[in-house]
Amino acid sequence: MRTNRPRAAFPGVAIAAAFLAWTPLPGNAQDRTAEEIEKYRRALAEGNPAELWEVRGEALWVAKRGPNNVSLEKCDLGLGAGVVKGAYAELPRYFADTDKVQDAESRLVSCMVTLQGFKEEDAKKNPFSAPGRHSDLEALTSYVASESKGMKMNAPIRHAKEIEAFELGEYLFYRRAGPHDFACSTCHADTGKRIRLQELPQLTNPKEAQQVFTTWPAYRVSQGSVRTMQHRLYDCYWQMRHPQLDYASDTATALMVFLAKYANGGEVNAPALKR
Amino acid sequence: MKARIMVVAGAAVLAVAGCATGLSDGERQARAEKILKEGFSKGNQAMAARVVQQDEAQALCSKYARALPKDVVAKIEQSQQATIKYPADGKLMGDWKEGEKIAQDGWGLRFTDTGQPDRKNGGNCYACHQLAPQELSYGTLGPSLYQFGKSRGYTDEVRKYVYGKIYNAEAFSACTSMPRFGHSGILTEQQVKDVVALLMDPNSPVNK
Repeated sequence: MRTNRPRAAFPGVAIAAAFLAWTPLPGNAQDRTAEEIEKYRRALAEGNPAELWEVRGEALWVAKRGPNNVSLEKCDLGLGAGVVKGAYAELPRYFADTDKVQDAESRLVSCMVTLQGFKEEDAKKNPFSAPGRHSDLEALTSYVASESKGMKMNAPIRHAKEIEAFELGEYLFYRRAGPHDFACSTCHADTGKRIRLQELPQLTNPKEAQQVFTTWPAYRVSQGSVRTMQHRLYDCYWQMRHPQLDYASDTATALMVFLAKYANGGEVNAPALKR
Repeated sequence: MKARIMVVAGAAVLAVAGCATGLSDGERQARAEKILKEGFSKGNQAMAARVVQQDEAQALCSKYARALPKDVVAKIEQSQQATIKYPADGKLMGDWKEGEKIAQDGWGLRFTDTGQPDRKNGGNCYACHQLAPQELSYGTLGPSLYQFGKSRGYTDEVRKYVYGKIYNAEAFSACTSMPRFGHSGILTEQQVKDVVALLMDPNSPVNK
C-alpha cells in the first residue's frame, strides 16, 4: 500500500486539472490565476505533507493508549473489528452498538471511548489542530482514509436510520438561516459558480460531489494542516455566519449522508491536497 | 395553482428517488430542527438563537427551495418591501471610495469576528459580483455589476431601486441568494449609501 502512495497522488491532480478545465472562468486573468494555482498544486502533490499525518495516524492506531491502555486495533469501522482497509469508502453507516449513523470521525471517538476508556469529552476535545498543537483525530482519520485509496465510495443508505439521516441532511442542506440567510445550497446547488476565484462544487451533481467528497481529509495549504470532512462542515457554517458546529454532531452526520448519496461511485483519493 | 401542483409532484418524485422513511414532512422538520439545535450546543448561544429561529422569509425559502410557488413569491416580496427604510435625509448616495472598501471587506458576524467593537461589518460584494474592473478576484454567484449606473442611467429611480435592493433584496426577488444587508443589520444606513455610490456615482470605477 505504501508503495502505491506516490502514484495514487497523480490521478487526483488529473481530476483537479479536469475540474478546473471545465469550470468556466471568464476572462484571461482568471484563467491565468487558475493555471498558476494548478501548477502550485501539481508541484506539491508529489510530496503531499498529508503523508506525515497518515504515518502518525497509523502509529496512533496501534499504540496502547487511554485509561485501558489498549490500541484501536479491534475498532469496528463498519467492516468488522480491526478492518481498516476499505472501511472509509463505506462511511457514514449505521452501527448497531451505538444505534447511530456515524462517520469515520464519530466512529473513531466511539472506539476511543469503548475500547480505550477515554471519556467522550476528552476524546473529542481536540478535533482540529492549531499551530503547535497536533490533533490525534486528524491523524487517525488521515490513516483510516488512506486505507481506502482507489476504492469506490459506497456509503450505504439502506438501514432505516441511514435513510432518515439522508432525509434530515437534505432538509438541512436547503435550510436558510442567520443574519445572511445562507444555506448550504446558497453556494452548492448550482454549477460553474465561484466565490472570488474559488470554484464552488454543485454538491447534488454526482460528478462534482464525487470530486469533493472523495478528497477529504486533505492537506490544506492555506491552513498548513490536514483538515477533515468534519472541519469542512464546521468551516462552511463559520462562513455561513452560523455558530460553531459541534464535532461529530448528528447534524454533521446527516449532511455527510446527504452528500454521500451523490458522491457514491467516486474513487477515494484521500488525504488529498487542497488550497 | 399550477405551481402548487408542480411542487406536490416534485415532492412525490423525490420521495420515491430518496427512499422515503415514511417520515411525514412535519416529523422530518421536527427531527432536523432538533439535531440542528443540538449541533450548536457548545457554540456561541446568541448566534445559535438567531440561526435556530428562522424568520418567515427564511422558513418559506427553505421549504420551497427547489420550487417556489407564485403566491409565496408575492407574499415574501410584499412583506419584505414593507421593511425597507429609506434615509430620512433623502440622500441615497454616499462616498464610492468607502463603498469600494465595504465591497472588498468580508469581515463580520462570523464566530471568530470578535474583539473589535468599533469595526463595522463588510459587505463582501466582490465575493459574488464583478464591480470595478481593476479587481480581478470576483465571484460569479451574482451577476456582474460592472458599468451598473452607466448602463442604466444615473436617475433617482435607479438610485432608489439600488438602495432598496441592497437594503432588502428579497423585496425585489423572493428567496434570492443575496443577503438583506440593511434589514438584517449587516450594514448601516451610511454603508448602504456608500455601496449605492459605488454602483451609481459617475466617478466610481464601476462606471468607467
